[in-house]
Amino acid sequence: MKRREFIQQTAAASALVGLGGIGLQSFSSTTKKITILHTNDVHSHIDPFGPEDGRNPNKGGVARRAGLIANIRKENPNTLLLDAGDIFQGTPYFNYYGGELEFKLMSMLKYDAATIGNHDFDNGIDGLYAQMPHAKFEFISSNYDFSNTVMDTYVKPYKIFMVDGIKVGVFGLGIELSGLVDKNLYKETKYLNPSEIAKDMSRILKEDKKCDLVICLSHLGYNYSEDSEKPDDLKIAKASKNIDLIIGGHTHTFLDKPTIVKNAEGKNILVNQVGCYGINLGRIDFYFDANKNKAAEGVSIIV
Amino acid sequence: MKNKPLLFCFALFILISCKTTNTYNKIEGKRITITDSLPTDQSVEAFIKPYREHVNKNLDSVISYAVNTYSKSDGHLNTAIGNFMADAMYEQSNPIFKKRTGKDIDFVLLNHGGIRAIISKGGITIRTAFEVMPFENAVVVTKLKGAQVKELLDYLIEAKRAHPISKLKIVLNKDGNLENATIKGQPIDYNKSYFVLTNDYLVNGGDRMDFFKKRDTLYVLDYKIRNALIDYFTKTDTINPVIDDRFIQLN
Repeated sequence: MKRREFIQQTAAASALVGLGGIGLQSFSSTTKKITILHTNDVHSHIDPFGPEDGRNPNKGGVARRAGLIANIRKENPNTLLLDAGDIFQGTPYFNYYGGELEFKLMSMLKYDAATIGNHDFDNGIDGLYAQMPHAKFEFISSNYDFSNTVMDTYVKPYKIFMVDGIKVGVFGLGIELSGLVDKNLYKETKYLNPSEIAKDMSRILKEDKKCDLVICLSHLGYNYSEDSEKPDDLKIAKASKNIDLIIGGHTHTFLDKPTIVKNAEGKNILVNQVGCYGINLGRIDFYFDANKNKAAEGVSIIV
Repeated sequence: MKNKPLLFCFALFILISCKTTNTYNKIEGKRITITDSLPTDQSVEAFIKPYREHVNKNLDSVISYAVNTYSKSDGHLNTAIGNFMADAMYEQSNPIFKKRTGKDIDFVLLNHGGIRAIISKGGITIRTAFEVMPFENAVVVTKLKGAQVKELLDYLIEAKRAHPISKLKIVLNKDGNLENATIKGQPIDYNKSYFVLTNDYLVNGGDRMDFFKKRDTLYVLDYKIRNALIDYFTKTDTINPVIDDRFIQLN
């Protein structure tokens, strides 16, 4: 008897939801697709590797990446382009121009935001500051406190992008600088605990700011040993409640596909990193469906 | 339909929830490799071109000349290219160190693994310096006590590897033990401290040169190894380094 009641109720509810769906069409009827494109650890690799290169022959190159991104944007204009840090250092372009060309090209490619990697301090915090006029994209870092440096006000703790009516919140995490970068280079930049900052930022973005999508741009590294206290993307993902996607860097990890991680609430979220040197572009598409009963069925992840 | 009020509430909830947040129900993720089959953005390519041409022209300008081809694999306990590196670092850095401290550098120790390419016979370019030293490591000078200089010697004797040295001379007997060691031609006084030129990689624990952990003062010269090389090449018409007797084993 109880079972019969349940079936009846379900059938009625479905019918009502169906009707409701028609009523809702006035403000959103179709599926919305948000495309997130990302790079990390490009390390001043402007030109493609040559045909003789032992590891990555004929791969990479900014002009080709630009062509690919332009095609993706044509297919879906609702695209965000992000970088997870270590833009600087690795080819003579950086030695000759100090990062000017890297920032100018990222601006031409219409990057929306980047976080700051340890090598972005290689010409000192003053060297990074000097290139700011060439960057037409946001710098986001939540756990580097720049308030006593020249970079104060040039780096935001988070940024909310409105993409086709979808609220996308992005925050950034950087690696501990002490022992990795000379103090003379990062000067008074303060490093704050990324695990705690991640909890605070994602809660603010999801609960207070009501973001539909929360992205963590991280230069912490993909995965350090389990017993290590060193924060990494997998640890941040497992402990999280309000993050939908972590885009990582630093460890130059070539993931074949994004890693699916169960967060603190048992929900599946993605962690991705695409190696280094601009050899790959990561692409994550989020499909938002106006039909709410579909969303209630859970999220299908295809990687 | 006993549950009408409940269903109404449910429908209302859906309406409200739709207005406040959006929920995704599908994610697709993939990696796209940038290959030569992708279209090149011509405007981006055109923008890079003058930068590339300037860098290449500068990198390929000849700044010195090599009499022979020098490789770190030619030689047992010392190599021509290693001797060249260590001597050049001393020559470029000692005037800076002396100006700052009034003291002279006593000897040089670099690492064999730090030489990343050969120097080929013929024209030496700035690109050569980038190939030999692709990393951003810098010259440092540190003060080592006699006991640590002894550990440094033990390390070199144990390694029996052509780590580049300058102003330091080591002779091993036929059994591979220390026969004689001098700094600037003088016997080593283990009660004295010495100023050692090295790089920031080694002084921070690279190549397990642990004796550097017990160092005294560290002097950072703000001089990259590569820039010191370029400066040396620029002022030197021809280089002709040789394998010599600075680190040898007697037969």
